[in-house]
Order: sequence, then C-alpha cells, then structure tokens
Amino acid sequence: MSSEGVDLKKRRFLTTATAVVGAVGAGFVAVPFIKNWNPSERAKAAGAPEEADISALEPGGLLRVKWRGKVCWVVHRTEENLKDLPTLDSQLSDPNSEVPHQPDYCKNATRSIKPEYLVAIGICTHLGCSPTYRPDIAPADLGADWKGGFFCPCHGSRFDLAARVFKGSPAPTNLYIPPHKYLSDDVILIGVDQEGTA
Amino acid sequence: MSLMSWIDERFPATKVWNEHLAQYYAPKNFDSWYFFGSLAMLVLVNQILTGVWLAMAYKPDANLAFASVEYIMRDMDYGWLIRYMHSTGASAFFIVVYLHMFRGLMYGSYRKPRELLWIIGLVIYLAMMATAFFGYLLPWGQMSYWGAQVIVNLFSAVPFVGDDLSLWIRGDYVISDATLNRFFALHFLLPFILAALVFIHIVALHKVGSNNPDGIEIKKGPKGNRWSDTAPADGIPFHPYYSVKDIFGVGMFLIFFAAVIFFIPDMHGLFLEAPNFEPANPLKTPEHIAPVWYFTPFYAMLRAVPPMFNSQFPGVIVMFASILIMFFLPWLDRSPVKSIRYKGMLFKVALAVFAVTFIVLAYLGMQPSTPTKTMLARIFTGVYFAFFLLMPIYSKMDKTKPVPERVTE
Repeated sequence: MSSEGVDLKKRRFLTTATAVVGAVGAGFVAVPFIKNWNPSERAKAAGAPEEADISALEPGGLLRVKWRGKVCWVVHRTEENLKDLPTLDSQLSDPNSEVPHQPDYCKNATRSIKPEYLVAIGICTHLGCSPTYRPDIAPADLGADWKGGFFCPCHGSRFDLAARVFKGSPAPTNLYIPPHKYLSDDVILIGVDQEGTA
Repeated sequence: MSLMSWIDERFPATKVWNEHLAQYYAPKNFDSWYFFGSLAMLVLVNQILTGVWLAMAYKPDANLAFASVEYIMRDMDYGWLIRYMHSTGASAFFIVVYLHMFRGLMYGSYRKPRELLWIIGLVIYLAMMATAFFGYLLPWGQMSYWGAQVIVNLFSAVPFVGDDLSLWIRGDYVISDATLNRFFALHFLLPFILAALVFIHIVALHKVGSNNPDGIEIKKGPKGNRWSDTAPADGIPFHPYYSVKDIFGVGMFLIFFAAVIFFIPDMHGLFLEAPNFEPANPLKTPEHIAPVWYFTPFYAMLRAVPPMFNSQFPGVIVMFASILIMFFLPWLDRSPVKSIRYKGMLFKVALAVFAVTFIVLAYLGMQPSTPTKTMLARIFTGVYFAFFLLMPIYSKMDKTKPVPERVTE
C-alpha cells in the first residue's frame, strides 16, 4: 500500500476516537461487575424490622436481638443507673449526643424513649467489635469510677449505660441508637421510627 | 534433526534456559540471606497446591464452612496434613518474605538500578497480604469473622463514601454468607496473580542482575570467567551453582517447616488463633481479638493513633502510610554505598532499631490494649516512620567505608 496522500491528521483522529469509544465501552461493562457486589435483594429484605419482647427483662438485665444481622441490645436500667448517668457527663466525649447517631426522639439525657430502657446497636463505632456488657460497679479491671456500661475488648473503648463514649477511648463517637418504637409496654419494634412525638 | 532443535525452531526453550539459568551469571559471593527468594517461590507453590486440594472439599457457605474444615481435618485421608501445610505455609510465606525484604534492606538491593524491582516486590507483598486476609475468613471461626469485621470496617472510616464502600465490600450489612462466598473466589484468584507478579519480579531481576552482599555491580567490573569471555569476572552461572545451593536451602527450610506442621501447627496460637476453633458468632465478640502475627505491626500502628474530628480515619491513614512509605525507600537512601558492609555506624544502628521496632510493634499488636501499651505503640510508630523519613539525613551524614573494586570472597 502506498503511503502517498495519507491524511495523517484524519488517521490520528480516527485512532483516538476508536480508543476513546473503546474506553467508554469498557467503563460501561465495568458497571454490572461493580454493582454486582452491592447487597442483594435478599440481603436487603433481611433488614426487616425485628420485635423484641421485654416482658421478662429484669432491671439490670440485657437482651440481645439481631437486626440486619447486627446485634442490638435492650438494657433495663435500674434507678441507680439513671441517677449515675448525669454524673458522668464531664468524662464523656459527647454527653449531649450532638453527633446524630440516634433518632431525634432519642437525643436526650438517657438516649432513649423510656428512660429505663436503652436500645442500642451493639457494634463499636471504632472498628465494629461488639462491646461486652459490664453492669458491675467498680470492677478491678475497669477501675473504681466504673458505674456500669460497655467495654470493647478489642481496643479498650468504654461506653456508659446510655451508650455514650468515654473520653480517651479509641472509638470516636457514641454507639448508634437504632430507630425503634413501642408496640406495647412489653414489645419494642426495632428498625421502625416512632411516629409523631419527637 | 534432534528433538531439541525441532522444538527450538518453534519455541525458544534452549534460549530461555540459557538466558535465565545456565548462562545467567549471578555474583559469586551470595550468602545464606539469598536463600529466601527461592524459598518464597517454594512456599507459593505449596500454597497453590494445598489450596487447590482444600478447595475440593471446602464449602464457601456460612452454614457449612466451619464444618467442612473440620471434615477435612477429621474425615479425609491426610486432610489434616494438607490443611496444616496450608495454614503453616501462610505464616512461613510471611517469615520468608520478611527475611527476603530485610536482606534487601541490609545490602541495598532497592538502590539504583533496582528501584522497580523493589517496587514490584512490594506489590507482591501487598497481594500476599490481600490473599492472606481473604483466606483467613474462610474457616468461619470467631477470629475469622471478627477479624474481617474489623478490617472491612477500616474502609468505613473513609470520609463521605466510607459506609457505602464497606457495604459494597461485604455485600451485606454485616460480614455474612455473601462476604464469605466472594472472599473465597478472591482467595482462589489472587495466588495466580501473585504467580504472575513473581514472574514479572524475576524478569526485572534478570534485566538489572542480582545485587550481592558487597553491593558491587559485577556488570561494571572486569569481564571474562571460566565459562565465557564476555560474562562478568565475578559471576558464576546460576545453574548449577545456585540451583544446587538453593536446593540445600530448601532442605534446611523443610526441616523447620515439617517440624511445625507435625508438632506445633498452631504455634501456640500464633499461626492458628484459639478463638478460631469456635464457629463464627455474629452476636458475640471474643474476649480479645487480634489479627494473625504477620499483620500485627500495622495493626499496632492503627490502634496507636487516637480518633480525631470524630473519626478514626487518621489511624487508617497511618496504617496504610506505613506500607506505602516503603515504596519511596530507593529515593530516601542517599548513602554513597549500597551494602551495610560499607555503611557506617549511623545506618547500622538505624537498621537495628528498625528491626527491633518492627518486632516490638508486632508484639504490641497481639496484646490487649492498655494505656501503657498504647503509649509504647505510639513511640514505636514514631520510630518506625523516623527510620524512613530521617533516612535522607542520616544516610548522607553516615561515615562510609571505601568499597572494593571486586566482590570479596
């Protein structure tokens, strides 16, 4: 083939255009492969709300419920616990729950709808371990000032009985409070917001 | 016409054999530190072979995985052996590669013209870490589960896109069957990419030629040896000299490898952690969780950094930076000499301190966190980074010795 009369400018344009169209095509093909990794419809359906029956939960007791595969705690706080909560404020990173890790109706001193019941997601905001429930007062390993709360065994984060993080913990924020509502005095539905009242 | 010449006309078999083995001239002064490259390849072959066999019986299903591993261990002929060869092989791989990397640090094998060789090696190291991480989830024990939970949550610390990113990696709101199944597929895929990377590493090595304990470029020295007038005078053919030497190394390695497999396959909880003998339970975190030993130095640095601005992203950055900084090593070292043999006291002390720091961080990463240990981890994280960041200064100030013309015996 003779190279005379070849329009090099046109050739370069066609080569570039072909390469660009090819790259865009490859980009489109990548989409299904990337989207394929998102949670499936089945995984999303498993995120349905979960009921917790608290009728047998004694003061000081803890109930574990699985919601979206995550552990949720329901804690029945004692009178004593509720009295201790405000005294801890100065030791906490975010005592007033300014970081929106709770529904608006739980942005209060006890981070709950009813003061005696705490509902929280039991996954540490540091790296996702599940903290241990430590209701005992002043145990040897946690110190004389311990008024009950949660201790994360992985990295030593401490939370009080309103799931608020203590200063100096590796966890940056308070634990999450899931949306929940009371179906009756004995049954909490986790995963659905309480209507009306804030 | 001989069979060999028939093949050579169609495939360069003899040419490749000569260029990379029989007429590849390596420096004649290699010491025992040079065993670890070939040993790493041996362990990779061990991992692929035993891994494929394990995959024939393993079930990547959250309901079946744990039991299928126990089935391999108890009910299959030699299943326990193949599984222990694989689990011990993972730790052996990292031991051998850490020693291989330390050899590079000592003899300046990362210096010009071997910068790209070092970088390809680090990419191999990253691929190894990814492979090991995916593999550790597969037995579906407590440590598998919570270890993966912690590591995948590192990605959720990325500002803005973090939560979606970790959700995308897991394919679910928590580590679940979807995660296990995809990690299995990735764990099967990555070793083949690893093998391809090793091939590229060797192509780069044979382009620039091996470094040696003296850090002298034999290609720049006089020519002519017993085998060739044009080959470097200080070079000897890789085969049979180093192939036979490496086989001796393999023999020594296998003594230790077999001893661990047969007598202490869990290495007292270092190679196989105790909580992993309990099936994964999403509702309960084990009392104390830590990654396997080869990740603990980086884990210690992650934990050492306190949260800032309501985020623990800074810790994640420090952890990734501790690995990325190694990529810059060829340009951080400003010493006029390559090998530790001719470097001065400053570099020797710095390297010794660095080695100790790495081991101390590895220890701290295994321990439950206490205020004292966190403080120690902070100090040693600082020392770790200082080794790299101050290198342009101390390697330049260092009083080096003159380098001989020819390699020493």
